[in-house]
Amino acid sequence: MLRPYVPLLVLLALSVVNAIFMVVLSTVLSPGGATKVKSAPYESGMTPLGNPRERFSVKFYVVAILFIVFDVETIFLLPWAVSARRLGWAGFAAAGIFIFILTVGLIYEWKKGALEWD
Amino acid sequence: MMQAGTVQAVQDMSDTAYAVSSVVKVVLTFTVVMVVVALLTLLERKISAWMQDRMGPNRVGPGGIGQPLADGLKNILKEETHPGEAAGVFFTLAPMLSIIPALVTFAVIPFAAPMPTRWGVMPMVVADLPVGILFLLAFSSLGVYGIVMAGWASSNKYALLGGLRAGAQMISYEIALGLSLMSLFFVVGNVGLPQVVWTQQRMGTWFFFTFAVSFAFFWISSFAETNRLPFDLPEAESELVTGYHTEYSSMKFSMFFIAEYAHVLTVSALLATLFLGGWDIPFLQRDDMLGFVDGRWVGNVPALWITLVTFLSFAIKTFVFIVIFMLVRWTVPRFRYDQVMDLGWKIMLPASLAAVVVTAATVLALDSAGVTFEQRALGFVPVYGGVLGVVNVAMLAVVVWAMDRGRTLSATGSLDERRARAKQTARLRAIELQTAERGES
Repeated sequence: MLRPYVPLLVLLALSVVNAIFMVVLSTVLSPGGATKVKSAPYESGMTPLGNPRERFSVKFYVVAILFIVFDVETIFLLPWAVSARRLGWAGFAAAGIFIFILTVGLIYEWKKGALEWD
Repeated sequence: MMQAGTVQAVQDMSDTAYAVSSVVKVVLTFTVVMVVVALLTLLERKISAWMQDRMGPNRVGPGGIGQPLADGLKNILKEETHPGEAAGVFFTLAPMLSIIPALVTFAVIPFAAPMPTRWGVMPMVVADLPVGILFLLAFSSLGVYGIVMAGWASSNKYALLGGLRAGAQMISYEIALGLSLMSLFFVVGNVGLPQVVWTQQRMGTWFFFTFAVSFAFFWISSFAETNRLPFDLPEAESELVTGYHTEYSSMKFSMFFIAEYAHVLTVSALLATLFLGGWDIPFLQRDDMLGFVDGRWVGNVPALWITLVTFLSFAIKTFVFIVIFMLVRWTVPRFRYDQVMDLGWKIMLPASLAAVVVTAATVLALDSAGVTFEQRALGFVPVYGGVLGVVNVAMLAVVVWAMDRGRTLSATGSLDERRARAKQTARLRAIELQTAERGES
């Protein structure tokens, strides 16, 4: 049963080794040393101003929360989708109620302005 | 449609044969993906040159064929800069986290019909996982970590903004990506990719028509997931230099580059598999194809030439999608960020939810009516896939019409605009009439 996962692990290992190899190789072969100017953050040739990790819009955070809600919805819909034909109309009704509740949530956040970017 | 007479159990491979064939497939897949990615960078430059009426790279080897090799060598040998304030471990880890999932995801895509060998039938997929598509979705979304981490670790304002934009954009479109696949699962009843190909053969229609809404949304989302134009806001040159990889140089930059093209390749292969029948060849599906149903192989005895021809078919379909990716890049301008978010959250999410419900109802209605996958009207028109296709194309038309709001399709402005213009004209005429009357009296 777990047989198909073995080649996947081999490929994963190969990819990891490849990534490490690339990083190490370029570090080893890289000429020159770091100077103060070279290692300054790039800001179009000017001296960097302020903190580079400055505060950013809370919108990104809101999007992340909404993503979790709807991604979980997708995950919960998946078992139904795979067996929808066996579950028939009863399963359809149940999934319909689930989708309806989440759609109400979507409308609510829409009206609240959580989806507006300006 | 598989005739009852052709159903036969074909022997599965032994453990030793499986191990040997798996190693060969893993090494071959890895090599082919890396080589194809290298050639894709050249292809992109050649296509952009062709579209802008330039020559493109033509110095290294005939027609510039050695350019990717030269680029790779240069990237390894170039000096690596490391911003002083960057978070060391994460700065190095980010490109690795970006490239690893990109190279692994190809493993679950079946690239040809099962191949007969002396030791049993070999499935032409590296890892025939029972959770195929779930694995793919899970692993390809790991790339977000690499990008957000790169943006944060660089300690650069542009990189931070680029990383945040990329993160928000990719997770937003992942919902539409996942939801658009729900419709497919209704009829496939499984999340394995070989089963998707097999169902398309049984139904006699490819899913780009049967699930037109899913196809459109999956395609649009895949542009956003790969951060390519028109969704390349994370690396909008005019605002953010190059976004999350501004501080990266030499091979670390190259790793992000490889990851992007590997994603393009995987997504194109996935689009071909899910919606264009994978390795399926049109009008040949009734002849000699093999499928895996209820734990055993069914169909006619496989042949080597069929495997080769189906591989060619798969390669051509994938190539078509790759070329479209590149043509779009040099055709369409970049979106604004609020437009990107609106498309994902306000249009594609509600529309794909509605599409899921309507498709499910159609599937259940067809089942209630006793229609089977194999049923053909007039001897050749697939009933099941046809009805679903008509419903889906109608839904897609509604979505496109709603998004258009009379801007493109009618070409003379929206209905509201036209009404406003008509009112304006009427008012002006009334004023004119009044002044004329006043002048007379």
